[in-house]
Amino acid sequence: MNNIQKNRLKDQLFKIWGIGCTLFALILLIFFIGDILIDGIMRIDWGFITDLPSRKAEKSGIYTALIGSIWILLLTTAIAFPVGVAAGVYLEEYSNKNKLSAILEINISNLAGVPSIIYGLLGLEVFVRIMGLGASVLAGSLTLSLLILPIIIVATREAIKAVPKSIKDASYALGASKWQTIWNQVLPASSGGILTGVILALSRAVGETAPLIVVGALAYVPFAPESPMDEFSVLPIQIFNWISRPQHGFIENAAAAIIILLLITFIMNGVAVYFRNKWQKKLK
Amino acid sequence: METATEQVPLDKIIDSSLKKKAKIEVKDVKVWYDDFNAIKGIDMNIKPNTVTAFIGPSGCGKSTFLRLFNRMNDYVEGFKMEGKIKVSDNNIYKKKVNVEELRKEIGMVFQKPNPFPKSIFENVAYGLKIQGITDKKLIEERVVDCLKQVALWDEVKDDLNKSAMALSGGQQQRLCIARTLAVQPSIILMDEPTSALDPISTAKVEELIFKLKEKYTIVIVTHNMQQASRISDYTAFFYLGELIEYGKTKTIFTNPEKQQTENYITGRFG
Amino acid sequence: MRKIKELVIEKSLLSSALITIAITIGIVLVLAVKAFHFFREVSIVDFLTDTQWTPLFADKHYGILPLLSGTLLTSFIAISVALPIGLSISIYLSEYAPKSFRKTVKPLLELLAAVPTVVYGFFALIVVTPILQHIIPGLSGFNSLSAGFVMGIMIIPYISSISEDALHAVPNALREASFGMGATKLQTAFKVVVPAASSGIIVSIILAISRAIGETMIVAVAAGQQPRLTLDPTVPVETITAYIVQVSLGDVEHGSVEYRTIFAAGITLFVFTFLLNTLSYSIRKKYQERYE
Repeated sequence: MNNIQKNRLKDQLFKIWGIGCTLFALILLIFFIGDILIDGIMRIDWGFITDLPSRKAEKSGIYTALIGSIWILLLTTAIAFPVGVAAGVYLEEYSNKNKLSAILEINISNLAGVPSIIYGLLGLEVFVRIMGLGASVLAGSLTLSLLILPIIIVATREAIKAVPKSIKDASYALGASKWQTIWNQVLPASSGGILTGVILALSRAVGETAPLIVVGALAYVPFAPESPMDEFSVLPIQIFNWISRPQHGFIENAAAAIIILLLITFIMNGVAVYFRNKWQKKLK
Repeated sequence: METATEQVPLDKIIDSSLKKKAKIEVKDVKVWYDDFNAIKGIDMNIKPNTVTAFIGPSGCGKSTFLRLFNRMNDYVEGFKMEGKIKVSDNNIYKKKVNVEELRKEIGMVFQKPNPFPKSIFENVAYGLKIQGITDKKLIEERVVDCLKQVALWDEVKDDLNKSAMALSGGQQQRLCIARTLAVQPSIILMDEPTSALDPISTAKVEELIFKLKEKYTIVIVTHNMQQASRISDYTAFFYLGELIEYGKTKTIFTNPEKQQTENYITGRFG
Repeated sequence: MRKIKELVIEKSLLSSALITIAITIGIVLVLAVKAFHFFREVSIVDFLTDTQWTPLFADKHYGILPLLSGTLLTSFIAISVALPIGLSISIYLSEYAPKSFRKTVKPLLELLAAVPTVVYGFFALIVVTPILQHIIPGLSGFNSLSAGFVMGIMIIPYISSISEDALHAVPNALREASFGMGATKLQTAFKVVVPAASSGIIVSIILAISRAIGETMIVAVAAGQQPRLTLDPTVPVETITAYIVQVSLGDVEHGSVEYRTIFAAGITLFVFTFLLNTLSYSIRKKYQERYE
């Protein structure tokens, strides 16, 4: 075989290898999810969703963890969404290229790479201890808000960047002020992109375990939280707790809970992608 | 040729005192972008209720000069200007001048139609909304009137809630002009308003400009010399940041004083 | 009047942006202060050189090396899985695959990164370990091999997505020059495109390493709770992150040395990831300039 043929063969082999790697990753994902479904789908019934956790696997349900997750989701949204979007608007529309904006940019990029458990340590000391909030839903939400803030800020900036300058020009030319232009034109035009980013950030928050464990979310909570100051658990922590138990029944429970968690995660991601597509079409 | 249906005269709806005869006086104006001297000292007087065309090759500064009048250059980094620009005897570059008020007096239409991604109605109503006007009836009447002035009313009256992005290029540009008219400026600046349009839409917009001259003072930058000779009363020829010649359009195009003007007009460069 | 309103709005938006700086200061302060208190009771030399980590036992040792080795071992295994696969995927998608394939596959791969990590932990412990135990007899129920492998799968999109963007950004003119000389796609990819995109690819690898080092749940579930200075992937180990979880779940007294160990461990983790992230940011900035 001469050189040209050898090279062509190598080329073909790599192509097969490339497809193989791609499929490998995807097939592995399908395999994992399939296994989870087999392990857990039979366990899911109305009782599973409404039961409180108990020492007996068959009687143990996700109710308190689910309610806890919903609380965390709503509170985190209420905190992180306005702060994140406001910061994104400032960085994209108001700051000029001075030292402060460079520092802000580097800082946000760094925060995005900080391991989530470190946010847990921060939340433990500042929210739980110093601010005296205890291991409450509020402390957990504040901690997660800090974690997802960089994601929302970046998404907001990207969405605003995509709004054509000509629209801002038209608004200014009609005598609108900077804020009027932002509120009436820029934000509505970028809302789809911002929404996508926020939903993706929240879907990440729903799956977070480590920072909440550090903040003190309990693994065994016999009641659902009724106020932001109550103690709580969340779905991922419940799953973690069940995985750690030796009895086989709990493995089934964990798998079932995972199915529900994945359902929530994938639905949120799906909604986010839907909004992103709709928004991208609108801008064209 | 398209004719508009009944035109509701503006003074039926608004104060007649708003129909000013606005003129622009430019005294020794120079412009820099950082170190680049874009405008090198220009004097000019623009007469009220006329159409003045700015012509000249690319990069000669005519757009920059136009944007001095509504201070859109303020947003460009490194922009610096010297000299006086007076609109109806008020120096518009004085510190105390409220730029947003200025832009209600002096409207602008851009080269590429830039309607907001909102409905036709909301596009025209926007200028009123930001002034804090909430009177629904007034807004509606103003929107209808402006759409009629730009001869768009018949084409869109069935669905004002349709998105402006669904209109054709020519319709979008007329919508942008309607939007500008809604805030009742006395001067309208147009930066190559038809260069992105097809010939039929261009003809419609030119016809519109001719009609608007009765009530407004219009300054139009154009690359198209035939357009300048068709619709303008006065023409200014720019070259490399300087005003080479300025006078009645007929004169500029049939008997220019400067050799450079004649060279440009006859196509020897540009 | 209007001007005042505009100013107030601008300053409120600014304060939101400044919160991000407050967060960083908060992290650094909390970790530094707690670590400072810790190092008044435990010598920093011991911390860095002792080969045992037993703060919760009677015979207390405070050497970070076992936790560090657990972290690095699992991360190394993860990268060994993610790097070849992720890079191959990115080259395939960028240089070979038809546009439609790329468009459908890319979001699917990013789905891998969207799965909550506790779910991956489940896979590692319940699915992967038993399978590996058939292949490697004597593989412990908790080990760094399963955890590392599954972590690697999770990290694939970090490498494949960012590298693919970097490869995609290389101007076509370079490829055409190579093809014009009769090179195959493979040769063009590895000799021309990859070198041109090398800074972007390196950035993706650094980010993936940083992600692996900071990962908690997969290793907390599947790698074990036995701090051990070892390179053996078949035995239980404990990572820095898993240790912090272990203490948080337990009954350690607030204000005690044992409590402060989580901050000492935390600051070690933070230093590593901070250095990696800063490195990747500076490479990214330098490489952006090249194409602008």
